[in-house]
Amino acid sequence: MAKTILAVDDSASIRQMVSFTLKSAGYEVTEAVDGQDGLNKAKSKSFNLVLTDQNMPNMDGLTLIKNLRATPNYKATPILMLTTESGDAMKAQGKAAGATGWLVKPFDPAKLVEVVKKVIG
Amino acid sequence: MTIDMSQFYQVFFDETAEHLASMESLLVGMDINDPNLDDLNAIFRAAHSIKGGSGTFGFTDMTEVTHVLENLLDRLRKEELVLRDEMVDAFLQAGDILKLQLEAHQNGGEVDHQLVEDVCARLKLLAGGETAVVEKTAEPATTQNTGHIYTITYTPDADTSSRPERLDALYAELGNLGRLEMVDGEAPVKCMRLSTTAGENEIKEIFSFIAAPEQFTVSPEGADALTGNDDSYGFFSDEPATVAVTDDTDAGYGFFTDVTPPDKDEDDGYGFFAPVEEIRSQVENQQGYGFFEEIKAPGPADISKPASSPVKSTPTGPIKATPASGGDSSIRVSIEKVDQLINLVGELVITQAMLAQTASEVDPVIYEKLLNGMGQLERNTRDLQESVMSIRMMPISFVFSRFPRVVRELAGKLNKQVELKTVGEGTELDKGLIEKLADPLTHLVRNSLDHGIERPEQRIAGGKNAKGTITLSAAHQGGNIVIEVGDDGAGLNRDKILSKATEKGIPVADNIPDQDVWQLIFAPGFSTADVVTDVSGRGVGMDVVKRNIHEMGGRIDISSALGVGTRMTIRLPLTLAILDGMSIGVGQEVYILPLAFIVESLQPAQGDIKTVAGEGRVVHVRGEYLPLIALHEIFNITPKVSEPENGILVLLEAEGKKIALFVDELLGQHQVVIKSMESNYRRVPGVSGATIMGDGKVALILDIGALVHIAQS
Repeated sequence: MAKTILAVDDSASIRQMVSFTLKSAGYEVTEAVDGQDGLNKAKSKSFNLVLTDQNMPNMDGLTLIKNLRATPNYKATPILMLTTESGDAMKAQGKAAGATGWLVKPFDPAKLVEVVKKVIG
Repeated sequence: MTIDMSQFYQVFFDETAEHLASMESLLVGMDINDPNLDDLNAIFRAAHSIKGGSGTFGFTDMTEVTHVLENLLDRLRKEELVLRDEMVDAFLQAGDILKLQLEAHQNGGEVDHQLVEDVCARLKLLAGGETAVVEKTAEPATTQNTGHIYTITYTPDADTSSRPERLDALYAELGNLGRLEMVDGEAPVKCMRLSTTAGENEIKEIFSFIAAPEQFTVSPEGADALTGNDDSYGFFSDEPATVAVTDDTDAGYGFFTDVTPPDKDEDDGYGFFAPVEEIRSQVENQQGYGFFEEIKAPGPADISKPASSPVKSTPTGPIKATPASGGDSSIRVSIEKVDQLINLVGELVITQAMLAQTASEVDPVIYEKLLNGMGQLERNTRDLQESVMSIRMMPISFVFSRFPRVVRELAGKLNKQVELKTVGEGTELDKGLIEKLADPLTHLVRNSLDHGIERPEQRIAGGKNAKGTITLSAAHQGGNIVIEVGDDGAGLNRDKILSKATEKGIPVADNIPDQDVWQLIFAPGFSTADVVTDVSGRGVGMDVVKRNIHEMGGRIDISSALGVGTRMTIRLPLTLAILDGMSIGVGQEVYILPLAFIVESLQPAQGDIKTVAGEGRVVHVRGEYLPLIALHEIFNITPKVSEPENGILVLLEAEGKKIALFVDELLGQHQVVIKSMESNYRRVPGVSGATIMGDGKVALILDIGALVHIAQS
């Protein structure tokens, strides 16, 4: 059974790129357009990994992570933040929210697959 | 693993264009004195998304611009800076540059680097200009205020080296942080020293947009520099994990707990907050299975190896629930294909009409089935035609959306306060018309702003709100779209127009009705502006507007009241390609009258026709005397009937005037496919186009506006 990944990003091009890359690597990918959409999709189905952007309309990445961590099914699910801000502050916020790790944008597809493999195999 | 990024370019282009458009509309609508934080956030997100996307897809020039743009926006949305008018201007300018860059990437081409640098410098100035003020008011005693000196080495790649302007931009950006000194280094390595209050990460962030992490190093000079991380947010300092972060800042990633040393070798832009093996085992547990033997933690070799082989996808069970992604339910088709489709459907309509004509001559009893089929064919053809036409339909918001900015800039230039209201932006019309409409509408809006809306002091003196209103509205009315440009300004000045007309030698009748006076402003070279501004008043414009609208098969009317305002009304057919028409016969000829202009048809009594000396004939219809025009006289053909009371009068209305057109007979109502006369033959007065009838003959479509003019002259 292919591992399932929820990719949350408000940018259609990034979403497509992430989704295409991960699908090519054999994962099953569900896309969500913002934090709220991501939360809804995460609640309706369980995923092995959540990848989320930080800056999004309706609900940002950090809020999504906090909400997911408050959901029983997602207490231990790895969550990676895709962020352009690599500052320590963002990391601290990410950690506080319960993120598993981060990936700095811009990134290339190979890097993405590498990181995802490391997390969920 | 290699993925061809170019396959995502189109989405990125579309998305970025959308972001830019929404940025612009938000900016233009922004209340400077009380900016909406949600809007600022939305603008920030748009800039941020463009930055992220352009970085990912390798359009670094756009990344550079969005980066400075984002910095300023970020400070605004955090309320560290106060929004000023010139910032909005700079944002709009940056948006324009990004549009140019986007276009350059899409279609090839270069953007003037000077422009790019100018706007970046302007944004930086705005972002930095108030920094000092903010810092003064900010609480003191932050570690930020102690400066540090960093030694930076940077090895530009070949691409960057060949474009010195990029290096300059980099230096400028670094210079923004503090004092930048170039230190001699071995080429191609660039060495520099930067003394700044900014943190190491800020420097790295600047670099990360043009260089890979291995291309540069940033190291603080002096011991106290270490404490100087730019951390205004504060840390969970009691957590041991922080150490890991500080250690790993070099790489832009880190592990928060139990970090194993090997991970430090990586210089990748990612990290985990927990040991990987733990995460993985959690994942496995969650899946309801696990391994008894301990999962081997990824070793250093393991980690530094790039993931080259994709994970084999195992067959998924019957429940392969793939939720519909993102609602991407549109496809992009080139306009040529659509036009070809429309042409073909047009031909099909003609063929269908020919068949229908032939079929009407057969015995309906014997050929019942054939005739049923013909009926269905007609319905289906009409539906097909409507569907195909709708492909070309676009909401008029495509034109309207440019006006908030036009109005904003012009109002600023003219020192007027103007609010723009748009109504019915969703109204759809043919794409070709939308494109042609943009220029005339811009003229009208500029005119309203320049001549219509008064200066605030004049408005207040006139008992009006200091802020003028320009209303753009669009609505469907029958087969037409009606677009109005209205303002609550001074209105047209009848006397001024009349004296100007005299001055220009335009013949004007005494007691000319207002409606006709207003039409004078469409005369070539006519301008009532006292001062010719660079905005309008040169007298080129209104005549061009009128001509453009006429060429689109539409007309323009003006209504105006002194001191109350002016309203320009444009009526256009929904599409250029198809026309609902009435076919009429005169002699051996068949003509088409556009249905939209027909008021009614009647057979007059002999007594209703009167001859007025020198004015020709008029017909009395329900209390009105209408000029009577015989079509056979205009086109010089021999009619079947020569007396109006034996033929038919078709009452037509155009440009607010009614005429009675005398024809032999009414033949029927059709949807006709318009073939241009100009492109196939030449412009013919009184004729707006031609069509092919069911029997294969060509019929001319009459230009009602021209007929009305003939009646007047």
